[in-house]
Amino acid sequence: MSIAVRNLVKKYGDTAAIDDISFDVKTGEILGFLGPNGAGKTTTMKIITCYMPPTSGTVEVDGLDTAAASLEVRRKIGYLPEMNPLYLDMNVIDYLEYSAQLHGLRGGAMQHRIKEMVHVCGLEDVRHKDIGELSKGYRQRVGLAQSMIHDPEVLIMDEPTSGLDPNQIAEIRALIRQLGRAKTVVLSTHILSEVQATCDRVLIIHEGKIVANGTPAQLQHDFQGADTITLELKTGGADPLNAVAPRIRSVGAVSNVTLLADADGHSTFEVHADKGTDVREALFRTAVAEGWVVLEMHRRATTLEEVFHKLTTA
Amino acid sequence: MAALALSLSNVGPIYRRELRSYFNSPVAYVVIVVFLAIVGWYFSSNLFLINTASMRVVFELVPLVFLFFVPAVTMRLLAEEKKSGTLELLTTKPVRDAEIVLGKFLAAWTLLAATLAPTLVYLITLMVLGNPDLGPVIAGYIGLLLTGGVYIAVGIFASSLTENQIVAFLVGLLIILGFFLADKVLIYMPAVIAPTIEFLGIDYHFASIARGVIDSRDIIYFASVLGFALMLATASLERRKW
Repeated sequence: MSIAVRNLVKKYGDTAAIDDISFDVKTGEILGFLGPNGAGKTTTMKIITCYMPPTSGTVEVDGLDTAAASLEVRRKIGYLPEMNPLYLDMNVIDYLEYSAQLHGLRGGAMQHRIKEMVHVCGLEDVRHKDIGELSKGYRQRVGLAQSMIHDPEVLIMDEPTSGLDPNQIAEIRALIRQLGRAKTVVLSTHILSEVQATCDRVLIIHEGKIVANGTPAQLQHDFQGADTITLELKTGGADPLNAVAPRIRSVGAVSNVTLLADADGHSTFEVHADKGTDVREALFRTAVAEGWVVLEMHRRATTLEEVFHKLTTA
Repeated sequence: MAALALSLSNVGPIYRRELRSYFNSPVAYVVIVVFLAIVGWYFSSNLFLINTASMRVVFELVPLVFLFFVPAVTMRLLAEEKKSGTLELLTTKPVRDAEIVLGKFLAAWTLLAATLAPTLVYLITLMVLGNPDLGPVIAGYIGLLLTGGVYIAVGIFASSLTENQIVAFLVGLLIILGFFLADKVLIYMPAVIAPTIEFLGIDYHFASIARGVIDSRDIIYFASVLGFALMLATASLERRKW
């Protein structure tokens, strides 16, 4: 079940919340929607789920247009809105029953699905409690159970882990991973580690435009900046600042060297190399030639955080 | 407007949830008790004064009580869902906006009927004490249900305009008051438009039904105002799409 978004624009008054966005989500893929607050993630999701129409552009879910075949599209989608709104006065089972009925499930098939969702989302202990009495983590599970009650092929989740503690986040992520194998999932977040932990592909969106699109590894590669290498040497008495540092700087492709620490004959340097080069081998050979002992050499690759930061602060 | 093709299998769950929500909270019981206390006191204190076996006093008072009672019952129907965000959840299910409005309307109408039902005890009292004419009584109840239905439809429309329940209550009350007073301010109106204003007045039609005559003009009036208010409420829900 694929999603095709074409030239999507949504304007509130004169300001464009999303500005000409196009992308595809393939069947079985988990797509992470990344962007700072107010970038247009939620707006895009609201359009895909038929909550509101775009100003212009189209969204097709499994070949069905959200404007022309809204009801059919909504049947295929499970949606967990931002802030996870719930009926606090209902108990868990009643609420799941209500959600199932709104999707046209009845009788034995409905009971079977409810039972399955209660099991999958770990709601056995709270099934007869009012949702208002539940902790945030349990509420999030109820929200997930609700969104999957009709076994949708597409899952749209707007910040599924926001406001949860680290243990709960790990649980929900595992749940999404497990369920996402058979479904097409779009989830939004502004937590980068979440994307790395759960998503097959990342879409970074900033001020209503897509600024990056690829696998987490691909993005890290594409936006690879200058290498930074931490080098710890035992130089055997050589002056780290006036002798060692200049010698390292003389290595080809090294652009800058700074001394970070110097204690007991152990010196730590931060070595900056030109973009697209790997100077580790040259550094090692230099050290050997000079008779220094390499205690540690660590190359820090560009993190997704840095990619994100670079793309969303312009 | 996709209000024409409605599916009862979608209206049903919404209706049942709403009704359960009324009766799971103390709100419904408080409202019913207050209603019965006011109407019961009025009925019993007048019964021996006018000394006739008639429900007339009830049918005079109830539309007045409905003025405040109905907006209080309808104010949360959409406003609360807007405020809590559950409306987004509901409207992204495969359910039409008109089905949401209709389900909620029917639930509030059922609550209204449940509130009126205990007043049948007065009728039994009358039948024990005397020999009431049943025609106007039955017609009066039909009139009350129709009047209440119009008020509810207006109340839901008011609730669709805002996420603040107090505002929904006041707007609902104001519009209903307009319908209620329309045929009572005729002396201030130019003679040319007076009949039109009178025809818009809800009490004019209610009084006509409560006399025991069920006229198609009155039924058409109730049905069209009710339908129009529900259509407005649906359109107001769809406003997010504008």
